[in-house]
Amino acid sequence: MSAKERLEVVGQVRRRVDGRGKTTGQTRFADDLALPRMVHCKLLRSPHPHAVIEEIHTEKAKQHPGVHLVLTGKDFPIPFGIMPVSQDEYALANVRVRYVGDPVAAVIAKDEQTALEAIELIEVKYRPLPTISDPVEALETAEPRIHDYGERGNIHRNQAHEFGDVEEALAKSDHVFEDTFFFQGNTHLPMEQQASLAAVEGDGKLLLSTSTQNPHYLHRQLACVLQMPASQIRVIACNNGGGFGGKCDPANHEMVVSKAALLLGRPVKICLTREEVFYQHRGRHPVLMKFRTGVTKEGKLTGMHLQTLLDGGGYGSHGAASTFYTGVLTPVTYELPRFKFEACRVFTNKPPCGPKRGHGTPQPRFGQEVQLDKIAEKLGMDPAELRLGMVTKDNSLTANWLRIGSNGLAECIREVVRRSNFKEKHRKLPHGRGVGLACSAYMCGAGVSIYWNKMPHSGVQLLLDRSGQVTVLCGATEIGQGSDDVLAAIVAEVLGIATSEVRVLTGDTGLTPVDLGSYSSRVTVMMGNAALQAATRVRDQITVAAAEQLNTLPERVVLSQGRVFAAEDPGKTLSFVEAVALAESKFGTLGAVGSYAPPKAPGKYKGAGAGPSPAYSFSACVVEAEVDPKTGWITVPKIWIAHDVGRAINPVHVRGQVIGSVYMGLGEALMEEQAFRRLPPKLSSALVHKIPSMLEYKSLTSLDMPEVDVALVEYPDPNCPFGAKEAGQGPLLPVMPAVANAVYDAVGVRIDEVPITPEKILKALELKSQGKPARVGPENFPAVPYPAPRFVLPPWEGGDGGELKSADGTPARKAKVAA
Amino acid sequence: MMRLPWFEYRAPRSVAEAARILEGEGPRAMLLAGGTDLLPNMKRRQQAPATLVGLRGVAELKRNGAALGAALTLTQIEQKNDLPAALRQAAAQVATPPLRNMATLGGNLCLDTRCSYYNQSHEWRKAIDFCLKKDGETCWVATASKRCVAVSSTDTAPALIALGARVKLVSSKEEREIPVEVLYKNDGIEYLTRKPGEILTEVRLPDQAGWRSTYWKLRRRGSFDFPILGVAAAAHFDGDVVIEARIALGAVASRPFLIEKASEFLKGKRLTDEVIEEAANMVGSRAKPMDNADMDLYWRKQVTPDFVGYALRELRGDDMRETRLRIARYAVA
Repeated sequence: MSAKERLEVVGQVRRRVDGRGKTTGQTRFADDLALPRMVHCKLLRSPHPHAVIEEIHTEKAKQHPGVHLVLTGKDFPIPFGIMPVSQDEYALANVRVRYVGDPVAAVIAKDEQTALEAIELIEVKYRPLPTISDPVEALETAEPRIHDYGERGNIHRNQAHEFGDVEEALAKSDHVFEDTFFFQGNTHLPMEQQASLAAVEGDGKLLLSTSTQNPHYLHRQLACVLQMPASQIRVIACNNGGGFGGKCDPANHEMVVSKAALLLGRPVKICLTREEVFYQHRGRHPVLMKFRTGVTKEGKLTGMHLQTLLDGGGYGSHGAASTFYTGVLTPVTYELPRFKFEACRVFTNKPPCGPKRGHGTPQPRFGQEVQLDKIAEKLGMDPAELRLGMVTKDNSLTANWLRIGSNGLAECIREVVRRSNFKEKHRKLPHGRGVGLACSAYMCGAGVSIYWNKMPHSGVQLLLDRSGQVTVLCGATEIGQGSDDVLAAIVAEVLGIATSEVRVLTGDTGLTPVDLGSYSSRVTVMMGNAALQAATRVRDQITVAAAEQLNTLPERVVLSQGRVFAAEDPGKTLSFVEAVALAESKFGTLGAVGSYAPPKAPGKYKGAGAGPSPAYSFSACVVEAEVDPKTGWITVPKIWIAHDVGRAINPVHVRGQVIGSVYMGLGEALMEEQAFRRLPPKLSSALVHKIPSMLEYKSLTSLDMPEVDVALVEYPDPNCPFGAKEAGQGPLLPVMPAVANAVYDAVGVRIDEVPITPEKILKALELKSQGKPARVGPENFPAVPYPAPRFVLPPWEGGDGGELKSADGTPARKAKVAA
Repeated sequence: MMRLPWFEYRAPRSVAEAARILEGEGPRAMLLAGGTDLLPNMKRRQQAPATLVGLRGVAELKRNGAALGAALTLTQIEQKNDLPAALRQAAAQVATPPLRNMATLGGNLCLDTRCSYYNQSHEWRKAIDFCLKKDGETCWVATASKRCVAVSSTDTAPALIALGARVKLVSSKEEREIPVEVLYKNDGIEYLTRKPGEILTEVRLPDQAGWRSTYWKLRRRGSFDFPILGVAAAAHFDGDVVIEARIALGAVASRPFLIEKASEFLKGKRLTDEVIEEAANMVGSRAKPMDNADMDLYWRKQVTPDFVGYALRELRGDDMRETRLRIARYAVA
């Protein structure tokens, strides 16, 4: 270990390493790429929400001047899908189309205009099938099935877990609160529309440069779909102009241009239109939720029964994981002795839902935090004190066997309450103004990979030479979140140099060690730990070589500010370049690798793989709202947020991530809807996206943003590099429920669904004036045929993290007592 | 990206030359002013003119005097301090600054009507088998309707109607001047009374001495949205007594229109809270929003009187800046 005690790079406000390229327009996004002899691809998409393709005639399109190639489903016999359990997509539909926008054929032509003209010449004969537009219809309609796999009928995933006897806990509670909530689906809306350029390189290998968050998973899927060895394929993840989860799935267009480039031997480019991005989607699942929560009169939770129903859209996507995430993180914020979680995902004839910032967790967090507001009122407690009285502890286990490390939630709550003067405002502001509080927790990286393996989740390679240059390579993907800067900062910190001395090379499966991708808030922790290991290994070589020169012990060598010196005699120094040259002389060519795999999770039951993480971040948020009682018009003048980031690697950057999360959360709270329109069934079978345009899909602009007050709470986590946890997703989660709670404080109405619009507020105000319950939200929760739960005892009831089964195979309710 | 269809581009240097081209080309030609609405519409194949007659080079349309040239940009209108408040406020709330730097007054007056079944790509419209306004047979907003109910979405028209403005229309054969309200018809397809060969060349405002005016716009986002309700009001006062008043509504029908009954009602009255409420309800009853624009139509109808109330209270002299800030989300001139 080095003798340096103070951090010099980590924790400093710095210009990010990719800042110059982005602000000067030098960064090349996928759509900026152009190659000689490049041709252009356009996709023909289904106009039907559900149909069988009976015939496709492409002759006219093929003969259109300027057309090089036309591809259809028969060119892609191998299915794919991000999850091993949902290999249900074809690059181009083979027999069936499942939503309006499902890709059916592709034209590759000399330019986009020609490709567009030729697409019109493709004749497809469809046989329309009955359509399913929402989960209730999906549950009621067993046939026709949208997919011939899944649980049964149109149920894709169906599962239940029970951690301790929840009915018993509820029966013993002083109060049981029962609430239903709905969270509308919404989409990522990245500024950059997906683009890809495929080419066969001089060595005969395929190169795909694309806007993807997960080049590694895409690499594997390409090998499968193209039936080529992965070693013959190189995927470069270009800088993404925003991802937010929308570029996690391997996408049809990526398969299509790769195949076309191989067939033509020419570079093939595609850039999706904004409308196509809405069809590619993979965004927030619409989720209907029911919470039955028991509390004591002192305000402690006794047990919770959570049921969720997810509208999955036309394909599996990440749905198997999304389904878990509508519940597994629920017990992380507050002590919950017993927890039962039932979840079901159905297929519908709409663009597939998948992971969006917070992946499955914002929906139940909304319900949970709004319900807590109701509980606080009923118990006559302050909402902040109620929460503070039951926050989870450091180094604890949850009922579902997640291990929490560092935990700054209580500090986050105290911080936002203090900064916003919450206690002077809550229930005290004049009618029409109010404040609302909500909290959340999020994972810092999924504990298991998407496909089962024992290899590292992230690898980093470091190269140094006598010039003093430091190059760091990692498969992680810069999607705007700042992962390149985190990587440079960690290496720079360990080697005692500035980030400007580090060259960062990321997201290239041909050059960089595998990193699983930019999802689940995993990059800072996993890539960071790998980088820390690699940099420490190199530093140890440098200190050994320098110690000889400095006549000291390697442990006494300090690397700081580009100098290398002995701790006891800072006057005697080497430059970093000299020290590297000494190390190269001593050890030969310098370099090191580092890798990281998360710790093994304590849960052993089936399903225990979703939820574990090396660490959890925590957030608390206060929203102030003004509501016009006459019109329901809602204005949010200010938001306070505190986020436990463990340690801020670059504080200005963390603040940016936090404010960006608040921005996205506020848009979801107030207006965003991935909404669909079904025409009158007697006249038309159409089921279309209501508003696939950036103008009419309503989302906030920077002008619509209120002031955001950010407090960074730093509880370093021992599992994390320099203690740093995630900041990219967690701070979004408390915003929506805080808005709902602020609206209640302002005008006394509950909007138990997202988005919270003036129409809904006014409707609730009218109900209130008629003496009816002042609430807008789902009226009931449908009868979902959940399976019998897997029963697991919580850690404090003597469980071992495994499922309990009695002799007849039915769940046992008590621990076996050792004889 | 979305691509424009092929078209021929003509660049006349005078109104007379433009009018001659229009006459020669007939209905297959369209005028191109700022292009902020027409060009995106063409990308979606809502319109596919064979010829575009670009007005950029016609200097006389940029006259910036007593008469306002139709090619003045909305930014120029917004910044022209001697113009009445209603017009400047309306111009200032159209779209975003970059679009207002391109978009023109004449273009905003002739803005195509909008509908959530129509302002979609060709592929999307194909998926619903098109609609009455373009390429189809059925109005999906009101399936029994024989008339297209696409909504007028111009902000400057209601303002100019309230202000009593007139527009000049020039063809190769004649010139005529009509009140702005006469430029419009309540039909989503044939929404203008402008003949195919006519060019809207200028806008004339009557003498504004003694008048006060205002424009209130309802839209989801203060930053960037078409109106889902526009309320323009202008009144001539003697002390605090209304001598004459004009209130116009936008975005609640296929045309912007004047509510004459409100003018009669307000004449000779002081704008007390009771008078304002009665006038607001009178105007609000005329709003007929349809389910073809943003937000719930019943709510849009419901809040119309509130917006009329804001406008009249502002004319009365109330300080409405805070309310304006909440609605518009930023300070409007």
